[in-house]
Amino acid sequence: MAVYKRPELIADAPSGYCPGCLHSLATKLVAEAIEELGQADNALNVISVGCSALNILYWSGDFLSVAHGRAPAAATGIKRTNPERLVFAYQGDGDLAAIGLAEIMSAANRGENFTVVFANNQTYGMTGGQMAPTTLIGQKTTTTVYGRDPQTTGYPMKMCELISTLEAPVYVARFALNSPKGVNDARKGLKKAFRLQMEGKGFTFIELLTNCPTNWKMTPLQTLEYMNTNTIPYFKPGVYKDKEAQA
Amino acid sequence: MVEIHAYLCKNCGYCVKFCPKQILEIGTQRNRHGHFYPHLTDAGACISCAICASMCPEGAIELPEKGDA
Ligand SMILES: Cc1ncc(C[n+]2csc(CCOP(=O)(O)OP(=O)(O)O)c2C)c(N)n1
Ligand code: SF4
Ligand code: SF4
Repeated sequence: MAVYKRPELIADAPSGYCPGCLHSLATKLVAEAIEELGQADNALNVISVGCSALNILYWSGDFLSVAHGRAPAAATGIKRTNPERLVFAYQGDGDLAAIGLAEIMSAANRGENFTVVFANNQTYGMTGGQMAPTTLIGQKTTTTVYGRDPQTTGYPMKMCELISTLEAPVYVARFALNSPKGVNDARKGLKKAFRLQMEGKGFTFIELLTNCPTNWKMTPLQTLEYMNTNTIPYFKPGVYKDKEAQA
Repeated sequence: MVEIHAYLCKNCGYCVKFCPKQILEIGTQRNRHGHFYPHLTDAGACISCAICASMCPEGAIELPEKGDA
């Protein structure tokens, strides 16, 4: 048996992502988790707007590409009408925490039975590196050229912490993709979320800390170090809610 | 045994960084997209841990069979 086989749910071609972009690793991990559960033909990716939408080419399974921020609303309709399918929304932090804040909080609060995979790279990658709600204090972006100042733009939004205060969600966890351990934990977390969904347990939310080498203006390897010293201390990886473990 | 699909590689360096045996190295040939890509410097030392494959964002590395490195 193969020790490691490339998942069939990603296209047999280079992704559209920049070199070292962890969006492509995140997508590959989702594919691995779904294939390990034997759900490849049953999975449906609800693709959001941003570099997340490069999934349109990289994801070779079923998908729907929907309006900016509205993936949780679209996924609600899809899952309610196709309850047997494994449905997940794949969203960036601009998509999920800015324009789509109402949709994610409402879907989580309703306890919709699908999974949200949230790739948090602390910027708007696709549009040229503007500040996102998750941009770190002091982080330079094209709209915070002197670094993010909380006096005028507030503080980086912690989505796992916010969503875990709601009653309905069953599993809420954050993983960092800048190390082999983080990647292994993320794969397990994704598998758990998808399994809970297939058992009909309710809303599951997986945040993956990612990077944007292009707009952070760093080499891929520099972004991994930056994540260790800046991103991870603020956005702490961990399980924020697990109803199954509490039961 | 590590199998590197050169055409998928984007030269991010993650596989080289995380190989616990430090036996991956970026070469001097470019693939068809213009990226330099890695090769094994000591195939016999590979322990088939698959960390390189797991960390590769592009799925450019596979380990088809265990043990026959
Ligand atoms: C209604 C609407 N408003 C604005 C845009 C422009 N736009 C495209 S992507 C994007 C931000 C995406 O950022 P994020 O979700 O962080 O994804 P990333 O590219 O970083 O993965 C914006 C504002 C749009 N496409 N549609
Ligand atoms: S712009 Fe940033 S988020 Fe988009 S593909 Fe490139 S590195 Fe990834
Ligand atoms: S991790 Fe993958 S894309 Fe990056 S250098 Fe290694 S083989 Fe190439």
